[in-house]
Amino acid sequence: MIAAPVHMAGERLMLDPAGGLFWPEQGMLIVSDLHLEKGSSLARKGGLLPPWDTHATLDRLTLLLRRWKPRIVVTLGDSFHDRDAASRLPGGELARLHAMTKAHRFVWVLGNHDPHPPAGIGGAWVETFAVGPLTFRHQAMAQAGVGEVVGHHHPKAYVPTRGARVSRPCFVFDSRRLMMPALGAYTGGLDVRDPAIARLFPRDGRVFLLGRERLFSFPLASLGRGGG
Amino acid sequence: MQGTLPEPFRSWFAARGWTPRPHQIAMLDAARAGESVLLIAPTGGGKTLAGFLPSLVDLAERPRDGLHTVYVSPLKALATDIARNLTGPVAEMGLAVRIETRTGDTPANRRARQKLAPPHLLLTTPESLAVLIAAPDAADFFATLSAIVMDEVHALAGTKRGDQLALCVERLVKLAPSARRIGLSATVAHPEAIRAYTGATRIITAPDGAPPALSIMLPEGRLPWSGHMGLAAASQVMARIRDARMTIVFVNTRAQAELMFQALWRLNDPMLPIGLHHGSLEIGQRRKIEAAMAEGRLRAVVATSSLDLGIDWGAIDQVLQVGAPKGVSRLLQRVGRSNHRMDEASRAILVPANRFEVLECEAAIQGVAAGERDGDPPRPGGLDVLAQHLLGLACAAPFHPDDGYAEVRKAAPYAALTRTDFDDVLRFVENGGYALEVYDKWRKLFRDSLGMIHVRSTQVARRHRMNIGTIVEAPLLKVRLAGRRGGGAVLGEVEEYFAGMLSPGDTFMFGGRLLRFTRIREMSVECTEGGDGEPMVPAYAGTRLPLTTNLAVRVRDMLCSPATWGAFPEQVRAWLEMQRHVSRLPGRNDLLVETFPRDGRWYLVAYCFEGRNAHQTLGMLLTRRMQRMGMAPLGFVATDYVVGVTSLHLPRALPALFDEDMLGDDLKEWMADSAMLKRSFRNVAVIAGLIERQQPGAEKSRRQVTINSDLIYDVLRKHQPDHILLRATRADAASGLIDLDRVAGMLARIKGRITHMALSRVSPLAAPVLLEIGRENIRAEDTEDALLAEAEAIIAEATSERDPPPMRPPARPVVRKSPPRRVASGA
Repeated sequence: MIAAPVHMAGERLMLDPAGGLFWPEQGMLIVSDLHLEKGSSLARKGGLLPPWDTHATLDRLTLLLRRWKPRIVVTLGDSFHDRDAASRLPGGELARLHAMTKAHRFVWVLGNHDPHPPAGIGGAWVETFAVGPLTFRHQAMAQAGVGEVVGHHHPKAYVPTRGARVSRPCFVFDSRRLMMPALGAYTGGLDVRDPAIARLFPRDGRVFLLGRERLFSFPLASLGRGGG
Repeated sequence: MQGTLPEPFRSWFAARGWTPRPHQIAMLDAARAGESVLLIAPTGGGKTLAGFLPSLVDLAERPRDGLHTVYVSPLKALATDIARNLTGPVAEMGLAVRIETRTGDTPANRRARQKLAPPHLLLTTPESLAVLIAAPDAADFFATLSAIVMDEVHALAGTKRGDQLALCVERLVKLAPSARRIGLSATVAHPEAIRAYTGATRIITAPDGAPPALSIMLPEGRLPWSGHMGLAAASQVMARIRDARMTIVFVNTRAQAELMFQALWRLNDPMLPIGLHHGSLEIGQRRKIEAAMAEGRLRAVVATSSLDLGIDWGAIDQVLQVGAPKGVSRLLQRVGRSNHRMDEASRAILVPANRFEVLECEAAIQGVAAGERDGDPPRPGGLDVLAQHLLGLACAAPFHPDDGYAEVRKAAPYAALTRTDFDDVLRFVENGGYALEVYDKWRKLFRDSLGMIHVRSTQVARRHRMNIGTIVEAPLLKVRLAGRRGGGAVLGEVEEYFAGMLSPGDTFMFGGRLLRFTRIREMSVECTEGGDGEPMVPAYAGTRLPLTTNLAVRVRDMLCSPATWGAFPEQVRAWLEMQRHVSRLPGRNDLLVETFPRDGRWYLVAYCFEGRNAHQTLGMLLTRRMQRMGMAPLGFVATDYVVGVTSLHLPRALPALFDEDMLGDDLKEWMADSAMLKRSFRNVAVIAGLIERQQPGAEKSRRQVTINSDLIYDVLRKHQPDHILLRATRADAASGLIDLDRVAGMLARIKGRITHMALSRVSPLAAPVLLEIGRENIRAEDTEDALLAEAEAIIAEATSERDPPPMRPPARPVVRKSPPRRVASGA
């Protein structure tokens, strides 16, 4: 596994190909858009998707925790897919989550899917979280200064290659702002060329596509403009 | 014969100087005897009339209200056209028979009216029939049904739409036990299987018409070694068009259609009206072309399979097939478009695009002469289609699983369905069928104390009706001309992945126009006319048909019997003679494998003749094994005839390399991760109702975060690898994209019969393959990650720090599945 270092507001941050961000100086792991229990949320509405999505998502988180051994874990919102998601967590998964929140200090940033802190989940719940020059929030703010770390859009890039067009979740970064890919197992993605994302990175944006062992980096401009 | 036709039909026929054909009378007799029959008749044999005549006669003799006949066609347009064609005669004979269509295009108010006052004859499609069957009033609506007519069954049997139709027909027969079934089919390779599919008790066969007159036309000058576009023959095609009144130029892909259309217009000095027709063009544009054909206002149409089936488009006096026909049945279908009358010989000219295609064209002509037909017998019905149907049954009325199982097994595609599979499918519909039973409270079905299955809510039923159907389209974007004030004309649709490759200012060819891409906006590709630079041509995944088994066998037979070479043009004969001299010819029962060095690499070419899909699979498996055996494979290419592999080290131990055991672990490992399996899973998941189709209107914004079927596949494969949908996916892939059956059959057959020719240089037969290797190379390590790494390196080089980053890196990789080359601009 090879993590890619980037610099923002004078801080060195490591992008992990599994979709997490590590801030060595603070011992801080940042993940985004877990959407826990999205499977059962859709099942309620009639889409009976396989029920192991929370398990798969927590597997990913476990891998990141083992790799970086953070002191503090920040999740950038939409950690739970809906208001009752936490109460639907299967027993085994809830126990895993409890073990995680005991072993690490968790800061849950609230998102549009989970605007209210669910009961019985350890850690602190905040609207935004600021440490040093960096600000962590769910949705980017157009007027934010340098050093914003956000989630929400589930960025995904489509890259033309020799064989076929390859699409992957990705980080989007332009030295002022960093947008995180979604960690949740059933989270789809929004094309980074969509104006909703592209306008947040008007100049010199780069994408870092998640790979098995490493990230693949492209200038945002090289992917073409989606229009709009 | 005419004596058996009752009034007013007799007079109506007589007034037109027509005589009913013997098979039309035979159909009438069968109806009077209450028999279910399959009519097999060639194109132009009056099939459709034969199918309807008994219903019209019955209604004339015993007028009554209520739905009498359901007619199901694979094409909406065909249903509409037939309704139109029947209405005239019915009015002229003064019959009180109401004929209506019901398709996805039928407005809601007319659909509601049809429920209140059903027409006598209802013309519909499998999808619309499935919707009718899932309605709570289905039992009443169909109670009066006397006949079910299935048209073009040869095109439906063995497909998922065919599975759906078979299940629906069983339901109709259950609701109206006295209803007869009538199947209408073109001549097929397996008539008995088609009879079983329709549920008919016997077959009525109409005599074949006059045999078609087929010939081959070669491009002037040197015959190309490779390539499939056939543009070299454009000037001769143009000359033929000039000499005929109305020509259809059939090609094999939409991209080829665009290119051929451009090539013809460049040569069109007399400005003949020549049109273009393919499945991606906007429906209104296609209808305009069809109308112009029917009215004789066109001299030629360049068309893909979009014109293969169905409607009679006026007096076509010549058919040209550019590129290999790929199968005898397909060729006959196309040839039948000219002289749509049984007693006159149809005429067609085949225009091969390269040397190998000369052989294939000749093989097709021989196959036609021998009365051969292609096609494998229909495969067992899809479990995904069954899932959709079972939910539909529950939406209509509660049913007991035992009865449901018995009913479903009466449909031929499901005759061999096990009770375990049935129960697993039912459980899937009920609660997802997962080993982890957490969805019990959200189940879609529930069972009452008598064990009857009910649908949980009207909401579930409503959603089901919106998701009915077995056609799963790749995501498509509309191609729209930018109007002065926004919202210009829609020209048609392209696949999303092609749209994703375009940058503003790029030009591409579509609908015979040169277009410049402006932007993607919502679900549209916006463009303006004109532009400079080399245009790209949109291509579509999976549009290339593999060669049929019959044709492959004929090509191989011709290769190994030089006595037959007299039929070939001199260039082809010389080419084959040379092959015989420097290597040898592929045998009838062995597998010829050539190896030779070239440019510091080794090449292995195996002449398997099993078709593109099977070769693709074989290539993947061979390279995996060569990797393990230390031969350092670099890549492979699969054509319809051969698979060719390049490697750093000399390929050896050929019998071990081609051993059947490659179908074991290697295959499993590769299949699990293969993109083809994921594509199959997406279709299965949509049809089975796991993933909902995007509803019209719901796709307004691409911002909507959707669920990716690949993610679901990964999760399901990890936690429940034997889930019913994964089983359905593997079954689909094995008979379709992966074509495992043909690979397995070949490996068994060639065991101990490999003829290895170790050559010092490329052989004549291998030369065309080598030319393809440069184009459609798939490397052994071509995983997505490797492709991304390569693209990253190219772009990093092109945008290196020293230079200002260009908006469009010069080395931007150009990706298209086919055709792999650009065409000159200036059309």
